[in-house]
Amino acid sequence: MSTTIEAPEISDAAASEPEPRRTSTPDPGDTPVGLRRSLRAIRTDDVYPVIGAAAGAMATATLLFGWIAPLTGMVGWLAVSFVLFIVFYGLLVSVVADLREVIDRVMTVLLASAGIILFTALVFVVVFVILRGADALFHWNFFVQDMQYAGPLDGLDVGGVSHAIMGTLIQIGIALAITVPLGILTAVFLNEIGGPFARFVRTVTDAMTALPSIVAGLFVYSAIILLITGQRSGFAAAMAITVMMLPIVVRAADVVLRLVAGNLREAALALGASRFRTVWHVVLPTARSGLATAVILGTARGIGETSPVLLTSGVTAVMNLNPFEGPMISLPLQVFDFVRSPEPNMIARGFGAAAVLMLLVLALFAIARVIGGRGPGELTARQRRAVARQSQNDLIRIERAARARTAAPAAPPAPQEES
Amino acid sequence: MMRLRRRHINADQTVGGEPASSATVFDEVADVFLADEITQIIDEPESVHPDGARSLSSRPSTSDRIFRAVAFAAGGVTVAIMLAVGLFLAVRAGSALQVSGVSFLFEQQWNPESGQFGIAAVLFGTVTIAVIAVTISMPLSLGTSLLISEVLRGRVKQWAITLVDLMAAVPSVVFGLWGVFFLQANVIPVSQWISTYFAWIPIFAVTDADGAAATDASAFTSSAFIAGIVVSLMITPTQTSIMREAFMQAPPGEREAAYALGSTRWGMVMAVVLPFGRGGIIGGTMLALGRALGETIAIYMIISPIFYINWQVLKTGGNSISALIALRYGEASEFGLSALMAAGLALFLITLAINFTASSIVARSRSGANSEA
Repeated sequence: MSTTIEAPEISDAAASEPEPRRTSTPDPGDTPVGLRRSLRAIRTDDVYPVIGAAAGAMATATLLFGWIAPLTGMVGWLAVSFVLFIVFYGLLVSVVADLREVIDRVMTVLLASAGIILFTALVFVVVFVILRGADALFHWNFFVQDMQYAGPLDGLDVGGVSHAIMGTLIQIGIALAITVPLGILTAVFLNEIGGPFARFVRTVTDAMTALPSIVAGLFVYSAIILLITGQRSGFAAAMAITVMMLPIVVRAADVVLRLVAGNLREAALALGASRFRTVWHVVLPTARSGLATAVILGTARGIGETSPVLLTSGVTAVMNLNPFEGPMISLPLQVFDFVRSPEPNMIARGFGAAAVLMLLVLALFAIARVIGGRGPGELTARQRRAVARQSQNDLIRIERAARARTAAPAAPPAPQEES
Repeated sequence: MMRLRRRHINADQTVGGEPASSATVFDEVADVFLADEITQIIDEPESVHPDGARSLSSRPSTSDRIFRAVAFAAGGVTVAIMLAVGLFLAVRAGSALQVSGVSFLFEQQWNPESGQFGIAAVLFGTVTIAVIAVTISMPLSLGTSLLISEVLRGRVKQWAITLVDLMAAVPSVVFGLWGVFFLQANVIPVSQWISTYFAWIPIFAVTDADGAAATDASAFTSSAFIAGIVVSLMITPTQTSIMREAFMQAPPGEREAAYALGSTRWGMVMAVVLPFGRGGIIGGTMLALGRALGETIAIYMIISPIFYINWQVLKTGGNSISALIALRYGEASEFGLSALMAAGLALFLITLAINFTASSIVARSRSGANSEA
């Protein structure tokens, strides 16, 4: 308050002086400066009610379950103590706060518990599978052998999933060889050419993203396997994955291409570039990282899908590198096949194969993050250094040329010995 | 006019009183300032092109023509593949549908060889599992997406976003494994607990053939409830991701306005974020529902297939259309396959309707105007 009283004096003083007015901080005088308030930090006030409510809730629930009420079971105990925790927390907060703040803080605690429950559950699923698969993963033969000579009763030091890893790579490779060019070209068609037919294509593609993957498998099974090839093969599985992935890739690439700024296109066209050159030299390079992300995330979906492969690829224990001849198993199907056996070693192999599959997806996801994390034109540290070096060299070259030009009339031979 | 005259005189003085130049200056000024008074229609020049106006569209170069043709062909091939799938399904399903007729929708048994088959039971199972999944995933994803967009800050927030996106890419067979080898055994006490205390709600009761309450653990395995929990974990990341995207687009100006009016954080969420993100909530939930309906492998691994409508979701036994296809495709005859196609087509039409409704809701909402969902 005291600063506002002092303010007129300062402005008076400023007005009487001839020099131009400046913004000035008013002199606080003797006003005591309070502690700086932290706006974000968690107050102890926030922490103690949580701890107190949690302790009270657990104690009360234990009391209820052990002595007073005829309740039993771990889950019931957890549910009752969670409800009690919320009630106790609300009561504790209401001692110092009004109703609106109580609601605000109880809701914050509820949001946090939803997040904790979800993240715990998801991380637990992944960790559970990796831990159960660790037995198999620690045998090197798991990655380099197939199941040809390994029976259900053999130990984990015989047999492996190399045939399934190769099968997955071959099938997804064929599927990518079809979906990437076709999907990106279709997305280019939707964005750069347009017209009523493009709208029709977009509607149909949107509709097909709803196709359940098992139905894609059923289509390939009855249209390709039963009518044409007559046998299950890696190629048929790749076709099923293609039918499933194509709409996903087209749609994701369409979204990415739509984000390319229109004035870049217009600039290219105004400079006289043809439509093809605009797409090839401006639109696609600008959208490159987004397109890569779209393709990689589509690949992650395609690798993990079991149901289309279940109907089309066939189950085998032998390494088969020919996609057109004979059954070719892939990782998700191998997982499914392993855990159908009651033998503990087969189940351990199933978990191991699932862990390998998950690591593959994780690696793809990490690559997508690295590529897609940067916008167009944003460089890595190494690229930045290269550009800086290039620019330094350019500067030296230009300066040398300039010196040569000024020196040329006076002494022509001098600069030429440098080059 | 006065200003013009003065400028006229000034111009006169500066150029030294030459009448011709002063007239030129005045003309120029008048051209600029009196354009609306002295409008002069210029004679149309002789057209350079004898056949009238020049066409503005340029003749495409060779590379452009090729580019156009290739892009058009790509669009055509994509659409041809998609339509081939749809038409093939419809045509092949037709022969089964002709035999069964309307009873396809109401028959519970699945015996295509005897002509007695329908999707009533499997469709009921599919919808039951999907509804259980969405009921569980809805509060979880709503809470988590609000937590990420409103409460968490800085690095923790980035990590949470990445983790959710990563979880959306975890293969469904992994969730199936977890469901069979961990959840199955650990959730049975929960099922028993619910059926003991909430048996007065019909769907939570578990009764044996005589109508007596079943308490044996074997009555609770492989139920729609367990499958629903597993599917809910599979769809929650996708749902969370879509909702969070919508919430984070809520305009900061409106958030600050709510705070400036004295709102608490939850008040701000209720007044600004939730109304703004309503399209994202509905759209995300419906897309998750579509995914839950089409899920195969996790349900196939967990459920023990039955072919009658089972209202008791905690009781063992259930089914879904996709699990039916995975179960019966191998032994099916030509006609049996056609019946499975009809079931697949029905599933496809349902997910299609849900997807289109979802995307139209998202596109029409404020938050979804430029989102990708």
